[in-house]
Amino acid sequence: MEFRYLPMTSEDEKAMLDTIGVSSTEDLFADIPEEIRFKKELHLKKPANEAQLMQELSLLASKNVSTKTHTSFLGAGVYDHYIPSIVDHVISRSEFYTAYTPYQPEISQGELQAIFEFQTMISELTGMDVANSSMYDGATALAEATNLSIAQTKRKKVLVSKTIHPESRAIIETYGKGQGIEIIEIPEKAGMTDMTELKAALDESVASVVVQYPNFLGQIEPLAEIEAAITDTKTMFLVSSNPLALGYLTPPGNFGADIVVGDTQVFGIPAQFGGPHCGYFATTKKLMRKIPGRLVGQTVDQDGIRGFVLTLQAREQHIRRNKATSNICSNQALNALASSVAMSSLGKRGIKKMAWMNMQKAQYAKRVFEKLGITLVFHGPLFNELVIDVKKSVSEVNEYLLEKGYLGGYDLGLVDETYHGYMLVAVTEMRTKEEIDAFATEVGDVSA
Amino acid sequence: MHKKDFPLIFELSKSGRTSYSLPEMDVEETDLDEMLDPLYIRQEAPALPELSELDIIRHYTNLSRRNYGVDSGFYPLGSCTMKYNPKMNEDVARLEGFSHIHPYQKAETAQGALEMMYDLQTSLQEITGMHTVSLQPAAGAQGEWTGLIMIRALHEANGEKQRTKVIVPDSAHGTNPASVTAAGLEVVTVKTNEEGLVDLYNLKSVVGSDTAALMLTNPNTLGLFETEIIEMARIVHQAGGRLYYDGANLNAIMGYTRPGDMGFDVVHLNLHKTFTGPHGGGGPGSGPVGVSEELTSFLPKPVLVKQADNFVFDYNRPDSIGRVKPYYGNFGINLRAYTYIRTMGAEGLKKVSEYAVLNANYMMRRLQEVFELPYKQHCKHEFVLSGRKQKRLGVRTLDMAKRLLDFGYHPPTIYFPLNVEEAMMIEPTETEAKETLDGFIETMLQIAEEVKDDPEYVQEAPHTTVVKRMDETTAARKPILKYE
Repeated sequence: MEFRYLPMTSEDEKAMLDTIGVSSTEDLFADIPEEIRFKKELHLKKPANEAQLMQELSLLASKNVSTKTHTSFLGAGVYDHYIPSIVDHVISRSEFYTAYTPYQPEISQGELQAIFEFQTMISELTGMDVANSSMYDGATALAEATNLSIAQTKRKKVLVSKTIHPESRAIIETYGKGQGIEIIEIPEKAGMTDMTELKAALDESVASVVVQYPNFLGQIEPLAEIEAAITDTKTMFLVSSNPLALGYLTPPGNFGADIVVGDTQVFGIPAQFGGPHCGYFATTKKLMRKIPGRLVGQTVDQDGIRGFVLTLQAREQHIRRNKATSNICSNQALNALASSVAMSSLGKRGIKKMAWMNMQKAQYAKRVFEKLGITLVFHGPLFNELVIDVKKSVSEVNEYLLEKGYLGGYDLGLVDETYHGYMLVAVTEMRTKEEIDAFATEVGDVSA
Repeated sequence: MHKKDFPLIFELSKSGRTSYSLPEMDVEETDLDEMLDPLYIRQEAPALPELSELDIIRHYTNLSRRNYGVDSGFYPLGSCTMKYNPKMNEDVARLEGFSHIHPYQKAETAQGALEMMYDLQTSLQEITGMHTVSLQPAAGAQGEWTGLIMIRALHEANGEKQRTKVIVPDSAHGTNPASVTAAGLEVVTVKTNEEGLVDLYNLKSVVGSDTAALMLTNPNTLGLFETEIIEMARIVHQAGGRLYYDGANLNAIMGYTRPGDMGFDVVHLNLHKTFTGPHGGGGPGSGPVGVSEELTSFLPKPVLVKQADNFVFDYNRPDSIGRVKPYYGNFGINLRAYTYIRTMGAEGLKKVSEYAVLNANYMMRRLQEVFELPYKQHCKHEFVLSGRKQKRLGVRTLDMAKRLLDFGYHPPTIYFPLNVEEAMMIEPTETEAKETLDGFIETMLQIAEEVKDDPEYVQEAPHTTVVKRMDETTAARKPILKYE
């Protein structure tokens, strides 16, 4: 069998063995004790040639329903947005995608500068002082934020709104285990964080208050009121935010947020079954030296020419080891690059327009649903998602919709039994008036 | 701005230029002010750059030319396994039926994706000799932490809460101790002996009733196989601890031995190292974890299982440590790894390890003539040299690494592992041809000559890169982290 990724010839092999002074490669493995040698052949599928494997995997891919084969009204944290063609062309430059972490700045200025630009764009969008070079995803970024609040305040209690993405809440819990986190869930009221309950839970033992803006139910949380409710100066205010929404909404930084996190999947990153996406982490100058993950900073070289380096590395695992602020090493650099390209493509005006269009289309969908007599569950201000009551199993409704060519909305009954029959519908700029009208009609028909 | 400064995208921006092409606004407009308190309507637009499409493309193309990847040249970065990233994998990852599927669509509508994931899980189980693999962790460090909290949960379930110490060799990668802390456990360091292996006497003296686990890379970060692994496993298991395998160096042993057969209870893999997921300038990676039967109930949920001919997610896992990552892991990276495994098969993967080890030993034997080799035995897929001899002449390993840049090479990993002075850690990988290795070796020998003849020239390197050595001190002291 020939392997196109392996250049070794028998002539090379012989010459190399001679230099080493052994007669066969087996001698180089002689230090593996006999008892633990693997003596069979691994039970794997036979090596496949390129054409055959491509055909097989294409067939496998075609078995999946996708947002290209079906019209998607499914969001819940992962959205179908416009991806400019240039994004994939840039991230396909192999100088970017086949590079390691830019530890050698002299030959990594491209990556370093691109990340510096990403940090700038995220700081701008969130209204925060600094942003890091990326995290795995929005959910783990949020969990790193709650852990940071525990370390910073030396308090264990974290108030987590129930209107946060359920998977983010689950991950906060898993991440907090090592830190002894005590999670107090603040209930939802009318699709928002229950302010009365929040105020009642706030005292001087609270490390942080955590909300999502817009929240998991699509509604725009009143950050000003939440900020005002946090009277203890040590308690931190953490906000998870869809960065696209911040093209139109006042950024959390303006409401005194200490940390803002989220996922930049909305900018140029396809859904790809949930990953890789790209988390962002933005904070204040005060917390700059506590930030998890890599940071790129501007400096000059020996000749005074501007350049970029990884900086404040004393926070990180490869320097501080067990005293590091986080164990994160690999991040999502290439996806941060994709998002930078998408954000640059949108620019100052495009991002506002795209965010605005999401709100407009969601408002339109809301009116259409209402006109068809479909119940809207919540009535607060919305970004691009809304909750309707289909009055029966969402799963069944979705099966019907699938046959009609739609990916229906998210089944909120999976989050909480009291949400049975509630469907979270996402309406992005990609959905046309015709699609919205037709989808609403189908939902009306099946739930009537 | 210095006249030689490369412009930032913000400096190229000109008000009025656009590059976007948004869908049509085809619905009747709503007055948003009526819906939303104006307090929440952004007053000042975010200062994103304004450029035409060509200007954006030129900017990023020029940036890419100021960057260096495996496709640019040899990248012998120890512990990072910078092997070739097959182009076919990239094409597969971009198939619409994989790239545009939503994690919340029903499992019945994503059977192709689930079949791939299940087959990958099964393949990784076979390669590592573990009972069950989860693809959920995002990267190696997250895999480590996931494994450790599973071990912690196991001890707690057994009523052994006092097991809070994790033994980590002094040569370990920094994520190991950092993951221990993140899991709420404590690090105990075990020393390396004169042969570059874990000191068994020291290990015996640190294990006890508080031992949660021993974390080990095998071959270790010196590129040496821990030959006493069976005895180490016995010592740790007898003390009631578990064995954690850091799969960073799996590239050396595929088809030769398996962590499961060595006695490891938990394994994580770096699919972006051994299994060709591209490093992407720092990520995304993928860090699946594999466990022995005893630990399967603690795996992060959901767990992908096969029921009759269908693939489904099992959420009913009462002992599970919970979720570590949204959805099901870095699917796109897992898909690339799967494509690679299918391309190579058992025969190919064994050859991968064989040639990775052969390449490393060849380089080591040729370079040891000029550079000090602290550990003399055959290495596995990588080896560590010391620049001590050259340092005596006033030239540090850092200087030699920078000099390599002038010759178009990415330098080896330097100053790691920490237990070798002036360390240079070299990992050629199996995808590099002998001519490439020879070219690099000749260059290293030439640099060693330069160290004797013209040390200043090496100390001042690099000379040909787009920027020279950077002022990192000022960068850290007065951080500028964004454009203003």
